[in-house]
Amino acid sequence: MRKSSLFFLYITIQTILLGCMFTHASYKQKSDVNRLQENISLVQQLGLTDLCLFTEASYTRHLSLADFHTAFQDSPMALEHFPSGSLVPHPPAAKKMYENMD
Amino acid sequence: MYPIPRLPRKCMRTWIERHRNILDFTLSSLVRRKRKNAALVSVYTLIVFLLGSVLFFTYALRQEASFLLKEAPEMIVQKLSAGRHDLIPVSYIERIRAIKGISSIKERLWGYYYDPIVGANYTLMVVEDPEVSPGFIAVGEGVSRTRLASPGDAIEFRTSQGITIELEIKKVLSSASSLVSSDLVLISEDDFRKLFGTAKGFATDLAVKVRNPRELTTIALKVAEILPDTRQILREEILRTYDAIFSWRGGILLATLFGAVLAFIIFAWDKASGLSMEEKREIGILKAIGWETSDIIRMKFWEGIVVSLSSFLMGILLAYIHVFFTSFMLFEPVLKGWATLYPAFKITPFIDGAQVASLFFLTVVPYTVATIIPSWRAAIVDPDSVMR
Repeated sequence: MRKSSLFFLYITIQTILLGCMFTHASYKQKSDVNRLQENISLVQQLGLTDLCLFTEASYTRHLSLADFHTAFQDSPMALEHFPSGSLVPHPPAAKKMYENMD
Repeated sequence: MYPIPRLPRKCMRTWIERHRNILDFTLSSLVRRKRKNAALVSVYTLIVFLLGSVLFFTYALRQEASFLLKEAPEMIVQKLSAGRHDLIPVSYIERIRAIKGISSIKERLWGYYYDPIVGANYTLMVVEDPEVSPGFIAVGEGVSRTRLASPGDAIEFRTSQGITIELEIKKVLSSASSLVSSDLVLISEDDFRKLFGTAKGFATDLAVKVRNPRELTTIALKVAEILPDTRQILREEILRTYDAIFSWRGGILLATLFGAVLAFIIFAWDKASGLSMEEKREIGILKAIGWETSDIIRMKFWEGIVVSLSSFLMGILLAYIHVFFTSFMLFEPVLKGWATLYPAFKITPFIDGAQVASLFFLTVVPYTVATIIPSWRAAIVDPDSVMR
């Protein structure tokens, strides 16, 4: 077999696998609807506000409800302590103030 | 109407055959330097894998967050004291209810509990559920896993008075809901107040619902006017928080992308800056035996395509497997940080076709162009001087 034929065969297999990747993603999106719906109901029932991604610090566990001075948790001179604190940006709710409060 | 001129079939076949011959030669040339090229393909695949993994993970999580949190409370009212979140008096409910357009207000009682036995933080939350009566709790999958506790087992908690109380696990929340409930301990109001010593008449915060969502900002302003010691967090801001973390400017993406993009730039720069003596000599010999400059450019084009396309396809497939089949296994320590209790969740594979296409154009095209330019420079020089 010619080397170019082998190369095209390899690329064709990879492209088919890439197509399978998109098909799998689309199939999983449909099959996960029930799981997502269950989670949405739980969020609604418990009134949850945040995803449980980083549990090490309160201000990364509930990012949207973090204090105004999240970056200086314990004192104005406190350096960032937790690894996740350096991965997440400042929550928009803590940055924005309403006009009359500025 | 004039017929569209077509290339004669024989001419087309010659064109294809010419390219296949050049490709055959290119592949033989690559195999001759197999160690160097294998290393090149491995590094290239690794870069695409890293970039692809981060893009897949952040996009899927952003989509999942937007689905889940669209049902979060419309507005949360927190009391602030000396710039810190403080307990809110339940009497504030009546003052907020007086604002037109409010449909319901619910007090929320929740807090954090540090478990010294396993060194994990739990989120304790009061819930109105007949199964969670005084003395009983429902726990998230992460709590159950970390404490090795299942329904019927008891978990001891130390109250603010220093007394230890035991609460029996009534149920464990489904592992499918880990992304939102992994560290949750659902508890009755009596037990919560006993545990933290929270006085009656105080809540952690208030969840407000309005009749017309378009009036939400106006109502938030009114709440701020009536109760100046409070802060209002709108659902839109909650959603924006998660959008910001997983956007390209977010720390997770930036930290990983920075290294990978820099590696790729060095990689492409090295290619574009010049050819090795061996490659130059090869071009000189090819020119001497009658190859045209265009044939050499074609050969280098195929070389770029072989390396970049095969690395791209392999990298992107491995990234998909890594994120959606192994739950982001390699990057797990980065997300875990110092947390003892970490949610073990599988995310739905939401893929953005445009992102895959951008990754393709950002990796395959620059590399191929970077391969052609120095070859063209070498190919236009006199073969004799190149071979010397």
